[in-house]
Amino acid sequence: MRAVIAEDSLLLRIGVVKVLEAAGFEMCAQVADAEGLLAAVEEHRPDIAVVDVRMPPGFTDEGVRAALVIRRQYPRTAVLLLSQYVEERYAADLLATNTSGVGYLLKQRVADVEEFAEAVRRVAAGGTALDPQVVAQLLVRRHSDPLDRLTPREREVLELMAGGRSNSGIAAELVVSESAVAKHINSIFTKLDLPRADADHRRVLAVLRFLGVAAA
Amino acid sequence: MQLTTWLRLVAGRPFRGAGHRTALVASGLPLHLAVVPLWLWLLGATAASARTPAAVAVTPLPVLLTLLVTPLLTAGQRRRYRALVGKDLPRPAVDGRSVVRRLTGRALWRHLCYHAVLGPLFAVLDLVVLAVWAAALVAASTYVWIWALPTQWRVTDLGYTTQAAYITVGGLALLVLGPRLTDALVRLEARAAEVLLGPSRTEKLARRVADLAESRAGVVDAADAERRRIERDLHDGAQQRLVALAVNLGLAKATLGDLPEEARKVLDEAHREAKEAITELNDLVRGLHPAVLEDRGLDAALSGVAARLPIPVRVAVDLPRRPSPTVEAVAYFVVSEALTNVVKHARASRADVTVERFGETLLVVVADDGAGGADLAAGGGTGLAGLAQRVASVDGTFSCRSPAGGPTVVTVELPCAP
Repeated sequence: MRAVIAEDSLLLRIGVVKVLEAAGFEMCAQVADAEGLLAAVEEHRPDIAVVDVRMPPGFTDEGVRAALVIRRQYPRTAVLLLSQYVEERYAADLLATNTSGVGYLLKQRVADVEEFAEAVRRVAAGGTALDPQVVAQLLVRRHSDPLDRLTPREREVLELMAGGRSNSGIAAELVVSESAVAKHINSIFTKLDLPRADADHRRVLAVLRFLGVAAA
Repeated sequence: MQLTTWLRLVAGRPFRGAGHRTALVASGLPLHLAVVPLWLWLLGATAASARTPAAVAVTPLPVLLTLLVTPLLTAGQRRRYRALVGKDLPRPAVDGRSVVRRLTGRALWRHLCYHAVLGPLFAVLDLVVLAVWAAALVAASTYVWIWALPTQWRVTDLGYTTQAAYITVGGLALLVLGPRLTDALVRLEARAAEVLLGPSRTEKLARRVADLAESRAGVVDAADAERRRIERDLHDGAQQRLVALAVNLGLAKATLGDLPEEARKVLDEAHREAKEAITELNDLVRGLHPAVLEDRGLDAALSGVAARLPIPVRVAVDLPRRPSPTVEAVAYFVVSEALTNVVKHARASRADVTVERFGETLLVVVADDGAGGADLAAGGGTGLAGLAQRVASVDGTFSCRSPAGGPTVVTVELPCAP
């Protein structure tokens, strides 16, 4: 798979490049700001762009804005945002446009090399990857809604679903059987009043409702 | 022994500069006496109006003139005060530019009181002091000029030898007294000028409070700016370096497959340490001044705090506009510290945070359903008492209600400009 990276800290950029190259990605471009990123995406049309949130010149949310542009103009390019701290609104902004092919991780997760590479691969393939801290922070905003009806276990399952894990991934994480996970997920769909359409669509809807970024 | 040396021995320091001060006392005479003719005029006019009612029309004139000369006299007295004391007399707050404001303001009437009532009194005292000096000089130098007098007077009226000696001694005594009298009068005049021509006590206090409030706000802001600077430095430097280090260690772990068991252990250890260092540094930075607070405001920063706690916390921030960075920082630390206390001591199952704005007040409430019994005095500078201090540094109010058995409610009001 082909990737570009936009990160203004040289040290971290080199680190991420090394991790991705070791994981078998072809690095088409390495840039240090949002403008360079958009130019690189235009030129290379990569499978994924790994983007720092804070970049020059303003050091606020240049990365998020560039990511939104990429998701709109180049739907085939997935975006994984890297951030020093959690700002769940960035994640919400990103998810509001499209729920596939997006990710939001803390920079420190890059250090867990294999998991990070796995997350990049998942996002590049059209999945999602949300940092556990983002998910926890989104939960804080929930006041009173159907989510309160979920059991703690079902919440855990939903959090992992939001993080982009598959049923088998969730089962491994919670150390339960896959059929138990499927049972939990069905219970979640019922409690959230999600229509009996195809399973994948319901999965996305559940996650969206969980993150509070879509009313559907 | 010379006369002046002898006088210095007897009288000491008061003689230094006595001439200068006496000259200043003399210079006060015209200023102090300026109002007297106006008073006499007023008295005359009033007396005349008692006899012929038509003369009443004249009586406002001296009063009006007095009001007109008052600022001039005040300016003169200020210059004299400066010469007397060596520094400027503090100016009272200006009552405004309009005539009505000035007439109804207090400053004018206090000035008038000084010039019209104390002025003539000081004039009398000035004259007394000058007379003492004159008498002292004349009497002390009797033997210098007595030769010039006709022999007749010298012998019959002044008694020549014995009486002239008494007069000289008396003059010397007055010479010793003179500088002390002058000093006392100078002090008295300076004091009266400070009280009536300077700012009133209330004004002085108000000015002092304003100065202190300004300098304190400066200190608080500077401390806050310093915290932000350290945060940025850490973010641009150490944090990035540590992440890069952890990434490299992670890569080494993942790619160097054929390592001896010992080396692998060391690598694992180093990788874990690096990640822990990142977490610790992140916590430290959050404690200083989290970047998210500066970038996105209270709502985002407080959600972050709540998300990291082991108990469910509801955060409701309702702010149409962001308060000043300093107030934001205080609110952030109040909430994060209060929540830390909840987790540490309250044995609570949940907590609620609300931040709202009512006019010029930012209201911050942190409530939990824990055991209560929180003690404001406990914990020294770090616990609730430390919070109260930080709130007080921006003129906020802090209250903590925590009956035994709970619940605990921490309420903080912070002033914020509209």
